[in-house]
Amino acid sequence: MFYIHCPYCGETREEEEFHPKGQAHIARPLDPDACSDEEWGDYLFFRDNPRGIHHELWVHAVGCRKFFNVTRHTVTYEILETYKMGEQPSITAEHPEGRPTDAVDQQASLRDGVRA
Amino acid sequence: MSNTAAEKVRTFDTRTQAKIAVESPLAYSYRRSGAPAPTAKSRVVLRERPFLGHLVLRGGAIVLDEAVREVLGVSLPGEPQGLVQDAEGVRSVQWLSPDEWLLIVPGGEEFELENRLRAALDDAHFAISNVSGGQTLVELEGEAARELLMKSVIYDVHPSHFPVGKGVTTVFAKATVILRRPAEERWELVVRRSFADYTYRWLLDAGEEYAIGVAR
Ligand SMILES: [Zn+2]
Repeated sequence: MFYIHCPYCGETREEEEFHPKGQAHIARPLDPDACSDEEWGDYLFFRDNPRGIHHELWVHAVGCRKFFNVTRHTVTYEILETYKMGEQPSITAEHPEGRPTDAVDQQASLRDGVRA
Repeated sequence: MSNTAAEKVRTFDTRTQAKIAVESPLAYSYRRSGAPAPTAKSRVVLRERPFLGHLVLRGGAIVLDEAVREVLGVSLPGEPQGLVQDAEGVRSVQWLSPDEWLLIVPGGEEFELENRLRAALDDAHFAISNVSGGQTLVELEGEAARELLMKSVIYDVHPSHFPVGKGVTTVFAKATVILRRPAEERWELVVRRSFADYTYRWLLDAGEEYAIGVAR
């Protein structure tokens, strides 16, 4: 049993409330018609499988039901950070100790979760 | 004027005028599993609050807050896990997600409330769903209520972590529950109608050591 911090609930909650949803930050090609079969196949089917720091999409399935991102170490299983959709990780394979603070997007307050 | 959002959405009152016998989601459970009456030894008492009006509001916090304050006179809990009640303590608004709130009002008020909210929100970007028929509210009261919950939910219900005025969606005995604490020794479980019997039987079993009683 371990705990995961939901960036929308602002709380650390039981693993049982969450589901993993695969690799994060996969952008749909802006112009699918202009893709080669290989580019489109890469987008649809091919995923990274790194040894070390990995960015994943998770969902707080029994909770706020929002999707968010998790930076996780695939060897130690340690969760290094969680962050909202649309945000960028501060811990990456290139910067395992965290990116320089001026490069990290300012975290919006919890009140600003989602606004229509 | 003839094309406002409120007029584009068809709403209807789910409570019929016809005289049809209604049964609470736990009616079957009372017959099949019994309902031990509370005694002096009961350290926790279970009480169902059936037939309340449940509305799910979705949209931006700012526009919804304005409409709810205008129509209900309470402000929308903007912080996660917030639960606010009106002065009488019979109407409540709970944060479910950054763009989703649960409104619970006395049964029969929900249709008029929905229409008034739609009028107040006009053409804002929002959704209101009447989920009254899909869920029911089970109340646990007494000094052992917290102990009973400690055996049943995965969420930390210690007072330092779960003060009055908090509510969460979490796992209750492998099912989903909305757990709220409106008062010091009173907890509310909002459960799916189809899970009501399961939840009830679990509570009777887990509450046996506290001589759980069912108030009806
Ligand atoms: Zn959450």
